[in-house]
Amino acid sequence: MRGNFWGDLVEKLGVFAMGIAAFVAVVGLVIFLADRAPKRGRDIIQLLAFLAPALILLIVGLVYPAIRTGYLAFTDRRGEWIGIDNFVWMFTQPDTLIVLGNTVLWVLLVPTVSTLVGLAYAVFIDRSYGEKVLKSLVFMPMAISFVGAGIIWRFIYEYRAEGFEQIGLLNQVVVWFGGEPQQWLINSPLNNVFLIIVMIWIQTGFAMVLLSAAIKAVPVEHLEAARLDGANAWQQFTNVTVPWIRGTLVVVVTTITIATLKVFDIVRAMTGGNFNTSVVANEMYTQAFNRGEFGRGSALAVILFIMVLPIVIYNVRVMRKQKEVR
Amino acid sequence: MSVAPVNLPVDDKDGEGRAPRAGRGSKARRVKQRLTSRGATAAALIIAVVWTIPTFGLLVSSFRPAGDIRSSGWWTVFTNPQFTFDNYAEVLFASGASSANLGSYFVNSLIIAIPSALFPIVLGSMAAYALAWIGFRGASWIFIAIFTLQIVPLQMALIPLLQIFSQVLGISGTFPAVWIAHTIFGLPLVTFLLHNFISEIPGDVIEAARMDGANHTQIFFRIIMPLSVPALASIGIFQFLWVWNDLLVALVFSGGTVDVAPLTQRLAEMVGNFGRNTHLLPAGAFVSLIVPLIVFFGLQRYFVRGLLAGSTKG
Repeated sequence: MRGNFWGDLVEKLGVFAMGIAAFVAVVGLVIFLADRAPKRGRDIIQLLAFLAPALILLIVGLVYPAIRTGYLAFTDRRGEWIGIDNFVWMFTQPDTLIVLGNTVLWVLLVPTVSTLVGLAYAVFIDRSYGEKVLKSLVFMPMAISFVGAGIIWRFIYEYRAEGFEQIGLLNQVVVWFGGEPQQWLINSPLNNVFLIIVMIWIQTGFAMVLLSAAIKAVPVEHLEAARLDGANAWQQFTNVTVPWIRGTLVVVVTTITIATLKVFDIVRAMTGGNFNTSVVANEMYTQAFNRGEFGRGSALAVILFIMVLPIVIYNVRVMRKQKEVR
Repeated sequence: MSVAPVNLPVDDKDGEGRAPRAGRGSKARRVKQRLTSRGATAAALIIAVVWTIPTFGLLVSSFRPAGDIRSSGWWTVFTNPQFTFDNYAEVLFASGASSANLGSYFVNSLIIAIPSALFPIVLGSMAAYALAWIGFRGASWIFIAIFTLQIVPLQMALIPLLQIFSQVLGISGTFPAVWIAHTIFGLPLVTFLLHNFISEIPGDVIEAARMDGANHTQIFFRIIMPLSVPALASIGIFQFLWVWNDLLVALVFSGGTVDVAPLTQRLAEMVGNFGRNTHLLPAGAFVSLIVPLIVFFGLQRYFVRGLLAGSTKG
């Protein structure tokens, strides 16, 4: 299996080519038949040809599974109905309570800190020299994978016992200032904060780019008027800029909140959820796919869904309003 | 404004870095400069440095000899500069049961990511056209349903979908399983974003084509597709990177072997045994980061658009 790189490569390219060919053939056939449809009822047939492939995939692959997960949440590992036992388990076990508590901590810290730092940075560099480069530097973490970010920060947090040369930057800094090196990722509960920092590092750039665009759209006249009224820089910021970018702030905070609720890769790559660092999305994976507890995994997925639900409802309402306006 | 009606930042983005609108430039500069004091500049520089150092440090580490990586910090290169490509050679090409084997995983990542970006774009653009331009009852309801699906955590679908793949289709742990999973999870967002774009195409163009007797497939291929190229590129690049960086879907559907699993899966496995892989991880991480970084710095414009537009995906 291993070692024969070129043989495997040829085989994989074969699968790749066949996959693409099969897809093109199926879609091509559907469109060809739709194109040749008899004139009577052609619009209906073409509507189906365009819409059905996506809809079928979504219904079979997303809607039905989501409903089934809702059902599985009330079953045990053999698929037998056990009522709300999984939820009782979740809210009574010390381990799972820690998981839920950690998730709350993540959701409280990541959106607020990333948005505040992102906003401050966006304001500080607005129209400054080298703005584009400064933006790229903070935005770059957004491009890389959570796993890659996890490795980067694993090295920052790496620990060597006191007296040995440190290879992790954070402990080296601590030692330079005369402190004692710490096992940042092992000492609970503070280790959660060090994982959260990784997520903040990633999301700040996102907040910054959106908020920067919004800040640039604040009408200069308003700022000028506030200045003539004697407002200082801080007052201009809080009384003119912040109200003007309120909508974007909501977008940023809700988007980061959703991303944070679903965070999985960072925890997986850095601690594997050990040392009391697990969060709901990670625990869902562990229960379902490592332990075969599909019922408990499903229940955790449902909890995740319930936590996202207010944002879903809010967005659908905004969406419907926009549709009416049009 | 909501999470997804991203039109706003996407459009504003184009103005980023450009001078303020003509005529008001000097005034804008005068007013806004008062906000940037020396303290603010210093704070910004500190943030920029703190944000950059972690990645920079790992990049430096990846070129250091294995023994050095294990015994001293990357900052010692300033007093003891020693560089080598050995780590890259080892993670990419070394063979053996316990080797990193990232060359094979790199191929897997590409073979997963290209179709997983292509398929949802094709199916999504077709659905978006139908929803935007083939008027029928319930179109707006279907559209809102698709919009909602993009916010629902994909965790809700994992277990049953895996059961369908393994018990009904028998394709679990193969490339097609991962392609189909990514296509399904990508479709809501891709369709939503393409709908936003395609519905903005001027109606008279399409009306004129209808008058000339063109049917929907002809309009789709001759008018919609050519006009949508920029949107297709942005959203395609974003979906490609999302798949490239994904770990969860890969873990669940790829089976985790060198035959199918992507780089992220192998790297997560290697971090799990940090002590043994310490000297390989910096180079390994950069093997996986190189593609996103090329896209980021090379196609930043498209990347930013796609990313901002796709910020709610998952």
